[in-house]
Amino acid sequence: VSLQIMELCGATRLGYFGRSQFYIALKLVAVAQSGLPLRVESLNTVKDLPLPRFVVSKNEQESRHTALYSSDADNPASYSGVIPPPPGRIQVKKGSVSHDAVQQRTSTDQQESTSPVVSPQQSPPTSPHTWRKHNRHPSGGNNERPLAGPGPFWAPFSEAQPGSSTSSDPIWSGHSPPPHQENWVSFADTPPTSALLAMHPASVQDQTTVRTVASATTTNEIRRQSSSYDDPWKITDEQRQYYVNQFKTIQPDLNGFIPGSAAKEFFTKSKLPILELSHIWELSDFDKDGALTLDEFCAAFHLVVARKNGYDLPEKLPESLMPKLIDLEDSTEVGEQTGEVGYSSSPAEAPPSKSPSMPSLNQTWPELNQSSEQWETFSERSSSSQTLTQFDSNIAPADPDTAIVHPVPIRMTPSKIHMQEMELKRTGSDHTNPTSPLLVKPPDLTEENKMSSSVKYTSGNTVTDGYSSSDSYTSDPEQIGSAVTRQRSHSGTSPDNTAPPPPPPRPHPSHSRSSSLDMNRSFSVTPGQQQAGVVAYPPAVPPRPQPSQGAGPHVHRPVDADGLISHTSTSPQQIPEQPNFADFSQFEAFAASGVNKEEGDEIETHSEALQVEKPSDSASSLRVAKGDGRVEEKVSANVPTSAGKGTTPLAPPPKPIRRRLKSEDELRPEAEEHTQKTGVIAAVLASQPSIPRSIGKDKKAIQASIRRNKETNTVLARLNSELQQQLKDVLEERISLEVQLEQLRPFSHL
Amino acid sequence: ARLGIICRPPQNYPLYIRSVPTENELKFHYTVHTSLDVVDEKISAMGKAMVDQRELYLGLLYPTEDYKVYGYVTNSKVKFVMVVDSSNTALRDNEIRSMFRKLHNSYTDIMCNPFYNPGDRIHSRAFDNMVNSMMMQVC
Repeated sequence: VSLQIMELCGATRLGYFGRSQFYIALKLVAVAQSGLPLRVESLNTVKDLPLPRFVVSKNEQESRHTALYSSDADNPASYSGVIPPPPGRIQVKKGSVSHDAVQQRTSTDQQESTSPVVSPQQSPPTSPHTWRKHNRHPSGGNNERPLAGPGPFWAPFSEAQPGSSTSSDPIWSGHSPPPHQENWVSFADTPPTSALLAMHPASVQDQTTVRTVASATTTNEIRRQSSSYDDPWKITDEQRQYYVNQFKTIQPDLNGFIPGSAAKEFFTKSKLPILELSHIWELSDFDKDGALTLDEFCAAFHLVVARKNGYDLPEKLPESLMPKLIDLEDSTEVGEQTGEVGYSSSPAEAPPSKSPSMPSLNQTWPELNQSSEQWETFSERSSSSQTLTQFDSNIAPADPDTAIVHPVPIRMTPSKIHMQEMELKRTGSDHTNPTSPLLVKPPDLTEENKMSSSVKYTSGNTVTDGYSSSDSYTSDPEQIGSAVTRQRSHSGTSPDNTAPPPPPPRPHPSHSRSSSLDMNRSFSVTPGQQQAGVVAYPPAVPPRPQPSQGAGPHVHRPVDADGLISHTSTSPQQIPEQPNFADFSQFEAFAASGVNKEEGDEIETHSEALQVEKPSDSASSLRVAKGDGRVEEKVSANVPTSAGKGTTPLAPPPKPIRRRLKSEDELRPEAEEHTQKTGVIAAVLASQPSIPRSIGKDKKAIQASIRRNKETNTVLARLNSELQQQLKDVLEERISLEVQLEQLRPFSHL
Repeated sequence: ARLGIICRPPQNYPLYIRSVPTENELKFHYTVHTSLDVVDEKISAMGKAMVDQRELYLGLLYPTEDYKVYGYVTNSKVKFVMVVDSSNTALRDNEIRSMFRKLHNSYTDIMCNPFYNPGDRIHSRAFDNMVNSMMMQVC
């Protein structure tokens, strides 16, 4: 029975993207050459315990593949079936495989041409396994490897191949040297190791393409696979599906956790030493909550698989395995991956393969994390590319995050840390930029859970990059990965932070502002009714615009601040839409200025204001006389209202606005506005944090940053408009003065 | 500048020992062991207030040895002992406290690992990295 299975495996292996084929061929050769016993021994000695595990699964899969060609469905099933079987069985199979290999050699050759398509889907787990085998075997083929066992196998293998299928053999042999040399050079250096695995994808690809010349699809598939294997830590779809199925067997709820004890039992079955399992756990339990979320579990499983295949455990969680945490900074540890994975044998080759892996990881993650419970929490993160761009990871809900959500909201998981950092940065930016209300997102994300899978080792570099571009924040889910380094998450905190700080000082194009101004003007022009409506807005807006304004020219007028404060107190801290902001802010400013003006007029408590106000009053009075009776009315109306100032902030605002429209007393209002704004801003800032925080999510952070930018824009626009108005006022005054002068001149002349 | 960190469970056998530089390690072990008595004394003295997050003592300041020993006890009676040279005056109390806090956090992370049996020696690489970074900071 086992023999039959092996035969099947051998046959089906051919269908695989070349790797298995090589493996089988090698086995056959070896068997033919040295006889079974030798083969088995060499196989057994060469293979580690982990291999057996996969061999079994692979065999099963292979058989299934040949039967159905429906790899995906079979793989998961086969995997699950494989793991439980004891390793001993695997070894038995090995022996049988070798036996079968001889027999199947001819058949395999034939099958090679016929079943090229099957491979791609087959078991990612087997692929690492096959890689390893190939590593050993290819080395033999190249005669570069000093492997005792495989060496002789290779020679016969190459010989046997020509005999079996002339067409394929020549091609294979022809191609094998180059790919071997390319990829397996490293093999020669070291015994089958993970390094080979990296190369395998490439070499296998070449070989497979050669062999499957007939089927372009297969080559494409192979290429796809090989490319996907560029990153040794990447979890292929098949693998992922398998892991998910395993997860389900333990924890039916994909969004739930696997408790530590259950996970321990499960992974103990892999027969890895406890120390290694402990290390794997440390790497994969991104949020350190003692339980594994789906992502964490997949990462842990993947690490176990890799370890069984001979890969050394990395010191830090590879980016591709990082849980999709938004922590972007952590995920940038691609370089580490390359170094860490046991690529001692072929360090040269490993790095190249690894570097591309990062991008691929990023890609795979988004695909893999379908069950992302975590995605829920981190809406932003999900939006950001799971890939290394840590930003996204931080923003996007990392799996661990969701898992973390329960306990985590408090924990400093990478995602969380990231979030927290973002918050901190935001707050910092807020301080610096009054206009930026921090929408600190719940730190859920930062977890790098997989940094584990989310491979977000993404070092701080990526995070910083993410920060630089708030846009990328959403686009880079991968960056979230840097699980291992929580510290990173801190550093990676809030891409938004980096984005927001620049905006405030930036002067925005005036045209945008002008539009807003126009809107304001239009609003103001409207009758008081509208103003009332507008006034309603201002209360909501003031917090924003004023702070932004405050960021701008700060005319420190404590007096005005009082008015502003009262004004702000009346205005709820809401964040209206940007265009509204502009309008409101302006109105607010006007209103504030108007209020101040009124206050200054009547109360005249502010010395500075008084001085300014007096001349402005006179000017305004002149203007009023000249111009708008309406203004006068307003002024008078304002005056009485201003008496109440503070009490009826709403009333004055409309009036001052009107006045402003008349371009009267603009000087004062503007000046006052500034001071008011500063005061308001301060008040607003204090109140704002409470609001955004309550909502706090990545989206909000982005929106907040957008708002801040808009606010700064509006503030600048407002300032511009105000200054223009002031200029107009001054000009008007000048004209009036000139007129008066001329009027007086005749007298003088007389 | 010498710095040694050791954590011991209630049975007072070391779960983790690390010292930098590595010479005089035996002496360091001896120092830590003797300091345990003082730690136990303090614990028993507290009695009612078992929740003592942190304790600092400079009691073991030998004129010749010229080093300070700091102790820290967790709620589960796991003791952390840190030995530093007195010449290292840069170490302030709050720094020591933060170091102990970090140690405690790392220790809890290790505890979360289902593969770790309480009472085993700590082989966690993450823990080692953390300790190394801390010691680099000091030295």
